[in-house]
Amino acid sequence: MDWQALFLSLRLAAWTVVILLPLSIVMGRVLAYRRFMGKGLVEAVVMLPLILPPTVFGFYLLVLFGRGAPVGALWQDFFGHPLVFSFEGLVVASVIFNLPFALQPAQRGFEAIATDVREAAACCGLGPWRSLWQIELPLAWPGVLTAMVLTFAHTLGEFGIVLMVGGSIPGETRTIAIAIYDRVQAFDYAGAGAMSAVLVGISLFTIAVTYALSARVGRRLS
Amino acid sequence: MIRFSAKCAGLIPLDLAFEVGNGEVLALVGHSGSGKTTILRSIAGLWTPSQARVEAGGQVWLDTNTGVNLPPHQRQVGVVFQNYALFPHLSAARNVMAAMPAGSPDKRTEAERLLDMVNLHGLGSRKPAELSGGQQQRVALARALARRPQVLLLDEPFSAVDRATRDRLHSELMALRADLRMPVILVTHDMAEAQALADRLVVIEKGSVIRQGPTAEVMSDPAALRAMGLRELAATLPARVVAHDADGLTHLETATGPIWLPRLNAETGAVVRVRIMAHEVILARSRPEGLSAQNILPASIIRIVAGEGPGVIVHLSIGGDEVFARITRRAAASLGLEVGQQAFMVLKSMSVARDHIGAVR
Repeated sequence: MDWQALFLSLRLAAWTVVILLPLSIVMGRVLAYRRFMGKGLVEAVVMLPLILPPTVFGFYLLVLFGRGAPVGALWQDFFGHPLVFSFEGLVVASVIFNLPFALQPAQRGFEAIATDVREAAACCGLGPWRSLWQIELPLAWPGVLTAMVLTFAHTLGEFGIVLMVGGSIPGETRTIAIAIYDRVQAFDYAGAGAMSAVLVGISLFTIAVTYALSARVGRRLS
Repeated sequence: MIRFSAKCAGLIPLDLAFEVGNGEVLALVGHSGSGKTTILRSIAGLWTPSQARVEAGGQVWLDTNTGVNLPPHQRQVGVVFQNYALFPHLSAARNVMAAMPAGSPDKRTEAERLLDMVNLHGLGSRKPAELSGGQQQRVALARALARRPQVLLLDEPFSAVDRATRDRLHSELMALRADLRMPVILVTHDMAEAQALADRLVVIEKGSVIRQGPTAEVMSDPAALRAMGLRELAATLPARVVAHDADGLTHLETATGPIWLPRLNAETGAVVRVRIMAHEVILARSRPEGLSAQNILPASIIRIVAGEGPGVIVHLSIGGDEVFARITRRAAASLGLEVGQQAFMVLKSMSVARDHIGAVR
């Protein structure tokens, strides 16, 4: 059992959620309410990670993060170490490939709020911030929660992109999914099985917690 | 006091101006698509016409000439939306409290006072889903008032409740009027409602004013009525409730005699306004006998106006109150009706609907 890999995966998933939570609220809200030029294009680009093979997506990120590309070069100049094959690189990649999982449910959550309810909030004197805190977030919460759970679970299981961008450096980029693959390659079926079982357990627990929370939210609303 | 003017082309054209004084109720009436709701939305700041000016309580909310355009949350408005738009996750009291300015003292007590005022005593902890349509409408009204608005905007506020509830809400709003110091703008396509609640009417068609003026005056103007459909021609006759009879009728006294109507929810001695539809009125030269209709009132003919079709509209005076009869040109000729003559107005008790009777303020 590779505990280091498990904790690395959990750390990666937690960071991804922390970054995507505010991002999905802001972007989901904009996509739900606003109409603007190129909105369709933005939505399509955000959905790309869903349809591209992870290795293809990982390959492009690898090139983008490398020293030869502006993003990678800028990172190296600023932080003094390369973005590829580092934990930070994994976090950035993870945030990008989780965008559709985080944005879609959040956007649907905000879209489900009736327009006149939002207008009523404004006509009650609630400015944009108070409206977000007191009215919109409580109503869109099931969507946002679903978004975060999907992101967390998806990050734990992602394999192709992590391998392309991070490689398999123990303690830095070797996640639980990579570790399981390594064990299988080494014919250590018992180790792979134990780790897989742990992953199944964590996933079941996460989903159960989500269901319990959304049932509570549902009761609060009805 | 609120002043509104707008002029814009486009999908919903507007070209009109009006003002409403404090404590006055103005009804915007017109067909759907005439621009009534757009006017309310422009006042609230939910829509900005290309050229418009909104001034309320001495403060300019919108002036496209000078570039002033306050967002809705900075305009002190109270809005009752057509479907109420209550916050579904908050209790009735919290819905009302949400509209109070941040930092107001004793929000809870004030919310209870407002809920009591709209007859929702003790229901403050209920969620909107646990309230009936009429109760939700009352919460929406309390919430609109919680902001101490400079103007109260009512967008077809009674259209989503059943008729009995609507009657009750009408009379409650009439009772509330004494406490409302701000201008009230009511959007409706229900002429009976406009007639019962409004001091003044603005009749709108394609974003322009066809006619505006005191309610009784507009209701007798054929041009304004054409915009509503001629069948809506009606007048309101004041009458005092004398007694509730055992057989389910209420006895009322008008200026020229008694009438009986289906049982009213009004106290003995109260003065009510009975809305009499012009096409329900029968005219007779001499007092008819052996008739099933209970209500026969002496009247004098003050005007006869020919319509475009086979009909004429006879304006009658009942002790100074004007009532209309829409009859055929042929009937008018065979009776030999002339201005100045005495005649009798016959009205079936059952032809006066309950929601056609409003309280007098």
